[in-house]
Amino acid sequence: MVQALDYLKETASQTAGPYVHIGLTPNFCGIGGVYDTDLGTTMVSENTLGDRVTVSGRVLDGTGTPLRDALVEIWQADAAGLYNSPSELRGAADPAFSGWGRCPTGGEDGAFLFETIKPGRVPFKDGRPMAPHITFWIVARGINVGLHTRMYFPDEAEANAADPLLLRVEHRHRIATLVATGSAPNYIFDIHLQGEKETVFLDI
Amino acid sequence: MSDRANQKPETGAFFPRDRNWHAPALTPGYKTSVLRSPQKALLSLDGTISEITGPVFGHSMLGELDNDLIHNFAKPGESAIGERIIVHGRVLDERGRAVSGALLEFWQANAGGRYRHKKESYLAALDPNFGGCGRTITDEEGFYSFRTIKPGPYPWPNGVNDWRPAHIHFSVFGHGFAQRLITQMYFEGDPMIWKCPIVNTIADRRAIEQLIAPLDWANTIPMDARAYKFDIILRGRRSTLFENRIEGN
Repeated sequence: MVQALDYLKETASQTAGPYVHIGLTPNFCGIGGVYDTDLGTTMVSENTLGDRVTVSGRVLDGTGTPLRDALVEIWQADAAGLYNSPSELRGAADPAFSGWGRCPTGGEDGAFLFETIKPGRVPFKDGRPMAPHITFWIVARGINVGLHTRMYFPDEAEANAADPLLLRVEHRHRIATLVATGSAPNYIFDIHLQGEKETVFLDI
Repeated sequence: MSDRANQKPETGAFFPRDRNWHAPALTPGYKTSVLRSPQKALLSLDGTISEITGPVFGHSMLGELDNDLIHNFAKPGESAIGERIIVHGRVLDERGRAVSGALLEFWQANAGGRYRHKKESYLAALDPNFGGCGRTITDEEGFYSFRTIKPGPYPWPNGVNDWRPAHIHFSVFGHGFAQRLITQMYFEGDPMIWKCPIVNTIADRRAIEQLIAPLDWANTIPMDARAYKFDIILRGRRSTLFENRIEGN
């Protein structure tokens, strides 16, 4: 016998279901008066440092149909490349920037939209700089475990070419699924759940 | 398992997620997953600072009734109809350490199984005093609680005659974005749990049992509300053993 390796097991994920917006964006779905505002609606204020950008897009299923019941969250560094998190020990992030946003997909076209800033560069585990990126998390009816991915910027070709994560994508044509289209300050990032244009999703 | 309020923040990467414990993406018994599941393999990435950090939320953002679904949507002096319950527990990580400051958000149907949502067309009536959403933040030792009414089961268009067991949806923020989790809590003794295509997306019976909250008689308040206990386990963090790479990359 050996000692028991007494780690617990992570609580298993379940789908967010079709009514995720009741819990996470109640004002958006018409449940007023409980919270003043929906969390994650506003990421920047006039005091936030950095270049303003918008990131919009859709989440599409295996037939190319946009999901109108998804919820998208993003997490990113500030303009100086620091995260507004207690686990960030490299310095103090911009206090006027939360780094986190949440947006439901709704309406006829199923679009999400974030008004944010362009993030600075942050280091990979070995110290190499990663290209500027935004971390995405997508949940919806039909998605059993939330999907993680990243968005990179189309006007950072040199940084993207040396990015330690993008260098790991074996099928090089799939890198394009992680790079937004559009141009500064308005970027477009469509997320394809399945099929030929399937976005690279991460096990992080 | 004592809390470590004055300890400096942990910065280790998270334990890898056991993807055999979680449901796979494609689970055809749950029909919507067929066209919403990636078909290509996930790209593995040991956590970088982009994933081991995450937003935190202060207790100051909470309103007085945010963890009281019986009253947070009700007209003054009125309350939601249904079985009054308290749901409480702890948020721990896989090492058994308390996760303090975790934001929990929850949503549910009313006592008749009706959600307050424009896309919901189930003929069961809305409760004018029940909204169905709430939130709270764990204390220094990882404890949380909220008060609500027990949700009813409801039918859904999957199989011809599929019904969801009574459940409460939970969304959890730990300390890192890699810990982000959404799950569902079920109630002890509900025979519908084992018939549900969404529950059965999970292959391992022990993982399902971890989602079922036992009736907690000890914490039941006489003449007021019964209690259910639901502990939530988030991914553990590696100790930062030999991760400083002082001899270079």
